[in-house]
Amino acid sequence: MTAPRSISAAPLVEAHGVHKSFGDLHVLKGIDLNVAPGEVVVILGPSGSGKSTFLRCINNLESIDRGAVLVAGEQMGYRVHDGRLIKLSPDAAARQRRNIGMVFQQFNLYPHMTVLQNIIEAPIGIHGVPRAEATAYAHELLRRVGLTQKADAYPRQLSGGQQQRVAIARALAIRPQLMLFDEPTSALDPELVGEVLATMRDLARQGLTMIVVTHEIGFAKEAADRVIFMDGGHIVEQGPPGEILVNPQHPRTQAFLARFI
Amino acid sequence: MSEPVSIVTPPQGGVGWQDVTTAHAPLRPGRIVLWLVVLLVAANFIWICARNENFGWPVVGAYFFNPDVLRGLGFSLFLTVIGMVLGTFIGLLLAVARLSDDRLAKAVAGIYIWFFRGTPLLVQLIFWYNMSTLFPQLSLSIPFGPALMSWDTNSVITPLTAAIFGLALNEAAYMAEIIRAGLMSVDRGQAETASAFGMTRRRALWRIVIPQAMRSIVPPTGNQLINMVKATSLVSVIAMSDLLYAVQSIYNRTFEIVPMLLVAVLWYLVITTVLNIAQGYIERYYARGDRRSEAATPAQSPAGIGDNA
Repeated sequence: MTAPRSISAAPLVEAHGVHKSFGDLHVLKGIDLNVAPGEVVVILGPSGSGKSTFLRCINNLESIDRGAVLVAGEQMGYRVHDGRLIKLSPDAAARQRRNIGMVFQQFNLYPHMTVLQNIIEAPIGIHGVPRAEATAYAHELLRRVGLTQKADAYPRQLSGGQQQRVAIARALAIRPQLMLFDEPTSALDPELVGEVLATMRDLARQGLTMIVVTHEIGFAKEAADRVIFMDGGHIVEQGPPGEILVNPQHPRTQAFLARFI
Repeated sequence: MSEPVSIVTPPQGGVGWQDVTTAHAPLRPGRIVLWLVVLLVAANFIWICARNENFGWPVVGAYFFNPDVLRGLGFSLFLTVIGMVLGTFIGLLLAVARLSDDRLAKAVAGIYIWFFRGTPLLVQLIFWYNMSTLFPQLSLSIPFGPALMSWDTNSVITPLTAAIFGLALNEAAYMAEIIRAGLMSVDRGQAETASAFGMTRRRALWRIVIPQAMRSIVPPTGNQLINMVKATSLVSVIAMSDLLYAVQSIYNRTFEIVPMLLVAVLWYLVITTVLNIAQGYIERYYARGDRRSEAATPAQSPAGIGDNA
């Protein structure tokens, strides 16, 4: 399984035999995945297949029970000391994910801050970017997501689609090396989905490394370098969208895609 | 806007329709009568009180700005402020401890709150005041081991420190629960998002969680503050000259009990009124992200949708 773009560099994301349980519920049953820099990976699968959980394991928002996840060569949630693996403190774990942007299903904008404040919070507070520079970049990002006039609005004054585009701008503001999208359009009214997907397609074209969990087959078809189909905590099938979406081999994939055609 | 679509035309030519903007509020004579009655009763009550010589209004006026009373008032305010500030600070630490995953911190905070909420403030004040009879010496020592430093209790616990300790430590227990409720009212996704962006827990607490928790922390804290203003009057039992103590020492001399108590009551009301107004402003500040209607003007939204290609 090679990425269609000929990228020779070491993988940006590596998952090795990742297992995760919530109590008795075994959600991830051994996930292996490499994502190359610049690659756009779309993860599809029915509800409960573990795809969102896996995404949250990549930046260690969920800890894993077995296996390992590495981003940019660093093992997420752990450090190695004298050859021994030692669990990071919550603050150190947070620091480890400061270069990973994340977009949530429920947007999760900070409601007490304006759009501009939402965007410059992490660059100023965590990355030490000077305020003037962070503000200028925030305005540029707002222009890119088509919300130039909303800098001083509060999140609740925006539509869902606008909020999600602000959330994307907020994640881009940290100049991430990796972007994670957790069902970014699932909480949106159907007529607002398009504007968010358009923004995401732009990012994909610009060579940002993206892992997207979604139900939007159309987005996968147009923007993905590779489509991963998950079911029951396993990766069932993966490959370029032209193959997976057009000519799926696995019966579970076929059954899933049949519902969208 | 559009033409009136008369789908259901009344059979006999009908009255048609009028735009609701031309509507008037209904005239309710009962309400007006009720207003008049209440105002009349209130005015009459004020008139009766004002003319009642037993209230001693001239004495109230004479002592309202009495230097001893003002000094007592200043001291009450001082105690309120310091008790509330210390109480809120300790309360915040207790709340965070109770919400943490650390079982030791959780247990210590839980026992603290259990004890200080479970015993009367008056008794706590008296205990602090009489600390020297229980522990003549205060010393810093290794548990069950030798003392490293020690002080005479009476030199540490003056009536002033007893009052401050008593009020602040008691207040902390209540504030801890108010702050804990506030922190829990904030969507968990907020702290998670902050953490996903690399924020430390302390920074997430100050920048993201507390500002949102303030909305539900401020109203009960206003209650606590007003309670505290009045609770300071308890310190008169340990010979601290607060507002109540000041008027008491005057009426012990002049026997004008009711007028002097009125002086204290009016001052307490003045403080409370000021606090209420301040609380209103603070609440409006923390509700700022909630103003849904103002800026979401229709003129702006099409611009946002148009240019996202």
